Amino acid sequence: MLEIRNLHVQIEDKKILNGLNLTVHDGEVAAIMGPNGSGKSTLSYVIAGKDDYEVLDGEILLNGENLLDMEPDARAAAGVFLAFQYPLEIPGVATMTFLKAALNAQRKARGDDELSTPDFMKRVRAGAERLHIPQDMLKRALNVGFSGGEKKRMEILQMALLEPTFCILDETDSGLDIDALKIAADGVNALRDPKRSFLVITHYQRLLNYIVPDTVHVMSSGQVVKSGGKELALELEANGYADYRSQAA
Amino acid sequence: MADLTPNVTPMRTAAENQLLALFPSVKARLPGASAERQQAYDAFAQAGLPHRRVEAWKYTDLRAVLREAAPLADVPSAALLGEVRAKPSPFAGLGPSLVIVDGVFEPSLSDLDALPAGVEALGLAGALGAAQPVANLGEAAVADDAVLALNAAFMTDGVVLRVAAGSKVETPVFVRFVRTGGEPRSTYTRVLVVVGEGASLTLGESREGPAGVAHQDNAVLEIVAGDRATVSHVVLNTEGRGSIDLSTVGVKLGAKCLFNTFALATAPALSRRQIFVHFAGENSKISLNGGALLNGRQHADTTLVVNHAVPHCESRELYKHVLDGESTGVFQGKIIVQPYAQKTDGQMMSQAVLLGDNATMNNKPELEIFADDVVCAHGATCGQLDDDLLFYLRARGLPKPDAEALMLQAFVGQALETIEDESIRGVLESVVEGWLKARM
Ligand SMILES: Nc1ncnc2c1ncn2[C@@H]1O[C@H](COP(=O)(O)OP(=O)(O)O)[C@@H](O)[C@H]1O
Ligand SMILES: [Mg+2]
Repeated sequence: MLEIRNLHVQIEDKKILNGLNLTVHDGEVAAIMGPNGSGKSTLSYVIAGKDDYEVLDGEILLNGENLLDMEPDARAAAGVFLAFQYPLEIPGVATMTFLKAALNAQRKARGDDELSTPDFMKRVRAGAERLHIPQDMLKRALNVGFSGGEKKRMEILQMALLEPTFCILDETDSGLDIDALKIAADGVNALRDPKRSFLVITHYQRLLNYIVPDTVHVMSSGQVVKSGGKELALELEANGYADYRSQAA
Repeated sequence: MADLTPNVTPMRTAAENQLLALFPSVKARLPGASAERQQAYDAFAQAGLPHRRVEAWKYTDLRAVLREAAPLADVPSAALLGEVRAKPSPFAGLGPSLVIVDGVFEPSLSDLDALPAGVEALGLAGALGAAQPVANLGEAAVADDAVLALNAAFMTDGVVLRVAAGSKVETPVFVRFVRTGGEPRSTYTRVLVVVGEGASLTLGESREGPAGVAHQDNAVLEIVAGDRATVSHVVLNTEGRGSIDLSTVGVKLGAKCLFNTFALATAPALSRRQIFVHFAGENSKISLNGGALLNGRQHADTTLVVNHAVPHCESRELYKHVLDGESTGVFQGKIIVQPYAQKTDGQMMSQAVLLGDNATMNNKPELEIFADDVVCAHGATCGQLDDDLLFYLRARGLPKPDAEALMLQAFVGQALETIEDESIRGVLESVVEGWLKARM
């Protein structure tokens, strides 16, 4: 279970999150919707541990443990995974090398043995196939020269391999055409599990036709201003965010 | 030799006086004709050690750094040679080695019988002592440079390697420079490599020595390549941390040659690697590359002078510096395109990552272009590791030191990729990995 209580965050003297509260239960798929600039990516970065942001107040508990006391890699080992809105390119690091380094680092942090190369290859190949990622892409430098859609699918592949318990998807739908969106959504749906929860951040309702959420939260000016069931997404699609802009402080 | 420096004659330093006094005392026992040595010595006497007001040495003030000129190394004893014999080369198993111990070529330690067909090697001292002058010696290493002049005055020994025309030599040949002893000593060595028309050679050099001894080495490598020759060259320096490594590479290429070189510096306290390339024939291509991983107060200087004297040649340079602690990296690359050298294609890139707050990188690319139909470009970058990229890796579970090591390995790896021989590249990659592990 993830519990965010009264989270206040600023960057360079600019307040972005203003007392945000949110609870996501195990097995739950929670959607966060909100206009551009409302602080959705900031929230995802703060959960994952990016240190550009200054946390002024509040706490983020994952199964009772305060994530804010932990380094980003320790959070990853504790089960947090962020699928980036803009995945980064790493010239000179083959995708395979990167995946293996990440997986083994997490296994090491949890006290597990390194995976044997054949075992590792088998898992990567199976995951890549499900996401329609060609094998030769795995030999190329991570995300270098990949299309927008390929980068997003690569994020889902990483998520599948690392088996996190709390997954954040930051605008995974942006830049995807409908076919690519379905492939990515299938990849996510395959990972749905009673012990795994998701925070699905999106600007548009469209993604939520394919990844059907249990709860929907509307974010505006750094706060959750309304929560409801999946029907709330449809309501937002019809009426837009205008109703909520004024509500935040 | 003409003027070596602007006409400033500061007071002699102790090291300069030691070098000046050394020559008269040893010249009688140096092999070969003394006239050329005397001429080089006179040139040095006029110029003195290079200092920061000598443009090509702007960032490496050897005059200030070299407090003492170490005495010439002694001829190694039989016991020492036994120790060297027991020491494996970093390139062990990859090809025959020619071994130079404390500046003296040692046939008994060298794999002379195992040289590939078409390759002939002999000691330089012996060749200099013969009645005939050594063909091609001094042909490729031509520059108004005091360090080169010192080598010309003092060179004691080395190797002459000739590859017969048309011989495509598959097995790499290695030259090992092994240093021994606990007291700082200096060596002056020269290796001459003549690759005949249409021949090919991969040459690996290793500089090996005891840790922490402030040895001083002045080494010159001359490469003379005939038309359509291919030469690949790699240098690995694992010498002691105290050492001063001054090396000059002179390359003269005929037409349609391919030349590729890579140098990795991790060990010396101070290294200066100067490469002079002269394109004498059309349609030749060169690729000059290197990496330096430094910490503490180490200093590594790479200075390139590429002279496009003829049309239709191509030059590529890629240098990577990783600078931790208070270390200093220097990259100076000069591309000269002579008036007739149309269709020259030159691309130069120097990139540095500063890990230490007090690390410094000095980049000085220079293009001197006297022809109008050319494509030349240079670039230099210098900065910290990218924070966003580091966060991305850490968010995937890599602890900070591992994430940094992976990024640095990739950074240096882009230059290492230019090494064609996979086994040799593997040796250098593991040296880089070792350096990165030690940092973690
Ligand atoms: N690194 C930053 N420096 C300054 N302002 C930032 C930075 N990151 C985000 N912001 C600002 O914070 C606000 C929220 O941004 P963000 O979290 O990206 O919103 P969203 O993802 O909902 O579009 C925006 O006004 C944005 O300009
Ligand atoms: Mg965003």
